[in-house]
Amino acid sequence: MPQHKDVDYLALAAKHRPPTPVWMNAVRAFGVGGTVCVIGQLVTDFFVAHGQPASKAASPTAVVMVGLGALFTGLGLYDRLVRSGGMGGSLPISGFANAMVAPAMEYRREGLVLGVGAKLFTVAGPVLAYGLGSAFVVGLVRLVVGS
Amino acid sequence: MSASTRHFEHVAVVGHFAIGGVREGQGPLGPIFDHIWRDDLAGERTWEAAEGKMAVQAVEGAAHGAGWQLGDVDVVVGGDLLDQLVSTNFAARQHQQPTLGVFAACASFAEAVGLAGLWCEGGSARAVAGAWSHHLAVERQFRFPIEFGYQRTPTASWTATAAGALAVTPGSGRVQLRAFTVGRVVDPGSTDPMDMGTAMAPAAWDSLQRHLRAVDGDWGQYDRVFTGDLGVVGSAILCDLAHDDTFSRVHDDCGRSLYRPDQDVHNGGSGTGCVAAVVAGHIVPRIEAGDWRRVLVAATGALFSPTSYQQGESIPAVAHVIELQAGRS
Repeated sequence: MPQHKDVDYLALAAKHRPPTPVWMNAVRAFGVGGTVCVIGQLVTDFFVAHGQPASKAASPTAVVMVGLGALFTGLGLYDRLVRSGGMGGSLPISGFANAMVAPAMEYRREGLVLGVGAKLFTVAGPVLAYGLGSAFVVGLVRLVVGS
Repeated sequence: MSASTRHFEHVAVVGHFAIGGVREGQGPLGPIFDHIWRDDLAGERTWEAAEGKMAVQAVEGAAHGAGWQLGDVDVVVGGDLLDQLVSTNFAARQHQQPTLGVFAACASFAEAVGLAGLWCEGGSARAVAGAWSHHLAVERQFRFPIEFGYQRTPTASWTATAAGALAVTPGSGRVQLRAFTVGRVVDPGSTDPMDMGTAMAPAAWDSLQRHLRAVDGDWGQYDRVFTGDLGVVGSAILCDLAHDDTFSRVHDDCGRSLYRPDQDVHNGGSGTGCVAAVVAGHIVPRIEAGDWRRVLVAATGALFSPTSYQQGESIPAVAHVIELQAGRS
């Protein structure tokens, strides 16, 4: 049985709710996300300077950024970065690493099978499911339209 | 007097013990704690075990405060937020005193104290009532893995790592348990699990009004009226609902008092242990010291689970009220 919403009360309560600091959050997200991207660009430049063609440098860059995300999660620093930087920290691939490593660390105490194995994808699972799903749909569209 | 309020003539609070975690110890109420943990695991292997250890320490501390040995305690009434009340029950496995586990989310403490009062009224029992919560154990159960980064909204509360327990027995003491009102479950239809203040304020107001009618009192007779963990937002809503200057003057909130604004806790503290620690470490000692004569505590609890809100259910809440008064001795 769904609960009746007390519309008058919820309107009264909304008056006391502090506003989300959208602009401040946007500025911080720009700073954190921008810094992560600059680091990514430096890593790419490093690989290019060491003989990788620009088109192939993206893969090793992703590996390094995931490694850094995992390292900073392990050091207990990545969650602080996201707390202030929001999507600026979550959206880059290092944030994906955080979403994988955090549950791996958290559920270690419940064992390798029922803990880490079963709960590794609790945060990243939806991203993978819908990411792969939409990739499939886009691929299908390209197959039909592109041929 | 309404039958959902019980008046106690001869129930005394004779011992109290409050424990705070690292962050709580650094807050403005740091000095009230009888014991502050230096690290969050306290030598245990898991957060859940650490919460159980906190429960044992709180029960033992309250018993000793009353001049009892742990083995003298006839009944322990306690509650926590973890599934199947594991910390309360695992603590009972260790302390081996007869135990009643209670659950009313963050209102569990008032329920425990009220039941201990009922147990003692007219008997000769020595009861300890308490509640405990560990931020990291609760966080992983209700929200995300600890190291996962996400941005908390301005209305989000911070589950306190804290515990509090009272030793209660028939008789007269410096602090008397005067009355206990059982709350109704009230649900205004709020669905945001990051905004407990909005979900719980109507339950707090409902129980406080019912208590006041039952004891035929008025707000001016109280030195303080504490709510459990409405926080900054819920307290503002409650005072708006009350629309009464006297009430706003005497009202305070345990969760709002627990941290400084710069401790990044947004709406303030919450959790079963929050109100328990503030009552055991702050309110009861202030009554003992003669600073306050009559204090109401409405412990507020949001009765949702991760499953219920994922299924789109709104968040029901309850508030149980206990009244404490300075005794004659």
